[in-house]
Amino acid sequence: MEENGDRTFWEYLTYVSENHSPLDFVLIWDHIDRFLWGTVLTLEITFLALLLGGMLSIPLAIARAYKHPWLNSPIWCFTYFFRGTPLLVQTYLIYYGLAQFDAVRESFLWDPILSSAWWCALIAFTLNTAAYTTEFLRGSIETTPQGEIEAARACGMSPGIAMRRIILPNAFRRALPAYSNEVIFMLHSSVVLSTITLQDILGAGRWLNGRYYLAYEGFITAMVFYMILVFLISRGFKWWEKHWLAHLRQREAEPESGSGKVAV
Amino acid sequence: MSSTAEDAGANPALVVEDLHKSFGDVEVLKGVDLDAREGDVISMLGASGSGKSTFLRCINLLETPNRGTVTLHGETIRMKLGKQGEPVPEDMNQVIRMRARLGMVFQGFNLWSHMTVLQNVTEALVHVLKMPKNEAADKAGSVLQKVGMYDRRDYYPAHISGGQQQRAAIARALAMEPDIMLFDEPTSALDPELVGEVLKVMRNLADEGSTMIVVTHEIGFAKDVSNKVIFLHEGLIEAEGPPQQMFGNSESDRFRQFLARSLH
Repeated sequence: MEENGDRTFWEYLTYVSENHSPLDFVLIWDHIDRFLWGTVLTLEITFLALLLGGMLSIPLAIARAYKHPWLNSPIWCFTYFFRGTPLLVQTYLIYYGLAQFDAVRESFLWDPILSSAWWCALIAFTLNTAAYTTEFLRGSIETTPQGEIEAARACGMSPGIAMRRIILPNAFRRALPAYSNEVIFMLHSSVVLSTITLQDILGAGRWLNGRYYLAYEGFITAMVFYMILVFLISRGFKWWEKHWLAHLRQREAEPESGSGKVAV
Repeated sequence: MSSTAEDAGANPALVVEDLHKSFGDVEVLKGVDLDAREGDVISMLGASGSGKSTFLRCINLLETPNRGTVTLHGETIRMKLGKQGEPVPEDMNQVIRMRARLGMVFQGFNLWSHMTVLQNVTEALVHVLKMPKNEAADKAGSVLQKVGMYDRRDYYPAHISGGQQQRAAIARALAMEPDIMLFDEPTSALDPELVGEVLKVMRNLADEGSTMIVVTHEIGFAKDVSNKVIFLHEGLIEAEGPPQQMFGNSESDRFRQFLARSLH
């Protein structure tokens, strides 16, 4: 009896959703798994690229900041190229472009890596985010207060220890707000994935649109997914900044005003 | 030539001979000597531009001298000629090792801004002297007690006053148990009402028998605390001697003029 009632209710809901609702949410619900898998792919490639690109950017930024005699100009060319051209073009160049060369197709890299859209996207994204991160990290390293570097030298730190313990931690912290933009920017840019056969969030939306010819259902759902992700990311960075950038905050009013000094 | 410490036959702690330093065409130091015995408190006075800060920074090679030798407890920093014929340290590891034995306190405090007071003090203990972390924390705690900064140990430098920052910086240098403490105008950046607390800490150190070289504008400190006063003028030692002699009736007209100006 009750089960029967449920079914009728579901059928009623489907009817309303198809005929009267501006968005066919039951249809979206039926295909929500595609969007979830799309989310997995989007996050997977975005965060792997951010991780690898971030790791790559640290030595590059150091070499740029200290104007390494041989490496500075090549790295400048690299960052200029990847920041000066659209990510979509870079991805096409690697995915479609490299395949034109016999040498590439016959090389050992072809089968597992360069013939796969997933790998090509990861490579393009990694290089792209590495280029952006290198440049603002370089700026951050260069603006490390000179006195703090001197204090590190004066107490007997080797250049390596001073870099690892003083300069980089300080630079990372000051680069954090810029980096949260880079992460969100990368997430938005990851829609490029759907143009090279990969089923990311936008890919799921495009599939829905192609299958039912319902643009709103596909693209608004994708949009909502991206918005939720951006919301979570910026929340995460807020938390991170609160814990990592405590030293840059204005001094709070001291509870025990024993010293008689008041926060400005 | 004879100072009280020499008469006491204390061991030579730091010997600097014939130190020259130029910045471009400007010769800032034109051959300065210094002989510090253990327990000496040497004040270096002089007008701005007389080269006293540069001299101090040449001792731990924050500036590389163009000529002259620095000998710490019998060990001379070895120099060689670099590519452009300029002197460079022969063995950077030796310089790094010697810097760990010279505590430096800067005019601008130069605390590491992303670390709390306590972390500032333990940092070099753990990462330069390779002290176990808990031992370093104990050591830092007792040194912070000594400079009256223990209750501020969890504050970031930006959240405490200049006088407190400078006392923390003294603790940071002191924790390394250096052979000699170098003070580079430690009170010049402080508001007048904060000078006293820093001078008090320095006075205590002197009373405990620390070997100190203090570049300062504090005539009172030089007079009351140090056992030797050096007056630099245009890159040369114009007058030196024990404070009674220097402040009593110095032979140097320039020093008397300097004093007359400073006391206004």
